[in-house]
Amino acid sequence: MSKLFVARNPRVAARSLDGEMMLMSARDSTLFTLNKTATIIWQSADGNTPLDEIVHTRICAEFEVEPTEALHDAETLARELASHDILQLSEEPIPQTGGSR
Amino acid sequence: MSGLLEEMTQKALARNIPLSVQLDLTYRCNERCVHCYLDHDDHGEMTTAEIKHLLDEMAEAGVFILTLSGGEIFLRKDLFEILEYARRRLFFCVKLKTNAILIREAEAARLREIGVESIQISIYSHRPEVHDAITLVPGSLKRSLDAVRFLKAQGLRVTLANVLMVQNAQDYRGVRALAEELGVECSLDPTITPMMDGNRSILSLNVDKDELRQVFRDESLVGSVDEFCAISGPADDNTLASLPCSAGHTNCYVSPYGEVFPCVQFPLPTGNVRKQRFIDIWRHSERMNDVRSIRLKDLTTCSSCSHVSGCSRCPGLAYMEGNMRGPSTQDCEKSFARTGVPSANMLAKKRDGISLVQIQSLPAITSATV
Repeated sequence: MSKLFVARNPRVAARSLDGEMMLMSARDSTLFTLNKTATIIWQSADGNTPLDEIVHTRICAEFEVEPTEALHDAETLARELASHDILQLSEEPIPQTGGSR
Repeated sequence: MSGLLEEMTQKALARNIPLSVQLDLTYRCNERCVHCYLDHDDHGEMTTAEIKHLLDEMAEAGVFILTLSGGEIFLRKDLFEILEYARRRLFFCVKLKTNAILIREAEAARLREIGVESIQISIYSHRPEVHDAITLVPGSLKRSLDAVRFLKAQGLRVTLANVLMVQNAQDYRGVRALAEELGVECSLDPTITPMMDGNRSILSLNVDKDELRQVFRDESLVGSVDEFCAISGPADDNTLASLPCSAGHTNCYVSPYGEVFPCVQFPLPTGNVRKQRFIDIWRHSERMNDVRSIRLKDLTTCSSCSHVSGCSRCPGLAYMEGNMRGPSTQDCEKSFARTGVPSANMLAKKRDGISLVQIQSLPAITSATV
């Protein structure tokens, strides 16, 4: 099974408000907020770490969730965020610059 | 405001987070607009390093929406370095205010690449002879409109910002038609504000009450005239316990010299980021906290005014009139032009006026009788 790499779209605006991540799409200025789990995925989406590794090391380690179910939910979320140009998805590592707050 | 943004604003308010900041990068400008409230000399702007440090502090404090304005921001040679830092490193939602006359195809492409959220461009008329007579720069309308087209071609969100004044009172419909033709948004501000040093001479450029009344009855601007011009109902306890505006609550303003104010239109100095951390000024400035303590019920005169729940009263304009808890006469005049009902402030002034006339007229009546 191929790996899925996730990277933050560098044209998205983002800020953590007391642990809750606010994002604004560069495409249409739509505002999104992410829950804690989704925020972890966003913050870990460096283009180099595969999604299954993010789920294993960051989500399953912090929350009591079953790994297969967590990965399925994470993939669904990542594809939804990608449909809004919030995340970039690829089966190859994605070069990135910058950080996020 | 969208529902989600309103929700986030409420959360920021509850947690005392400055969600939105306007940072003026310079007061220098390549136009000389007749109604401008700024002194265009450079009195020691923050350096690139100082601005980057400030942006770090703002991001740390939770600032999400960063509006960069001036003066003319494109006169800063480091503008794109600042923008890259604000977007790529700190992920701000960046909005720009500019006259755009220095934006050509290359700058527009770079703004898109950086991911600027929107660009507000000052346009005062669809007629070059009117716009250029306000900016005092021949050819400025053409250059600004060329820039709008370059930015639109990049898919960027553009708003034409028009300020209503004596010189262009008849042209706001033309600017709106122009915006529609260009496929961009348009805003109209009917208030000329005093200069930041308190000089009020430019207030003479405000349109008169009759013209303002007509503008407020233009359906193409306000939608339902009956609704827009309706007198607001009496204020209940919840209304009186509410905040006058967002200045100092979720928004603030930083000048090119590092001074922090509650709002760009509220020149109450609360600290300087060259001497203190931004978050310390935001949280601990006595003046900022004084602004924060004000509720509608605390407003002298206004709390008992019939317009209190529907008025656009600006605390900054009230402050420039002498009392940040007092009325803003310009907003009283707007409420009057909108509804035809004088404000409590106007009635009080009229009462004082009548009383003075009576005292002065008595000897004249007496002498005429004699």
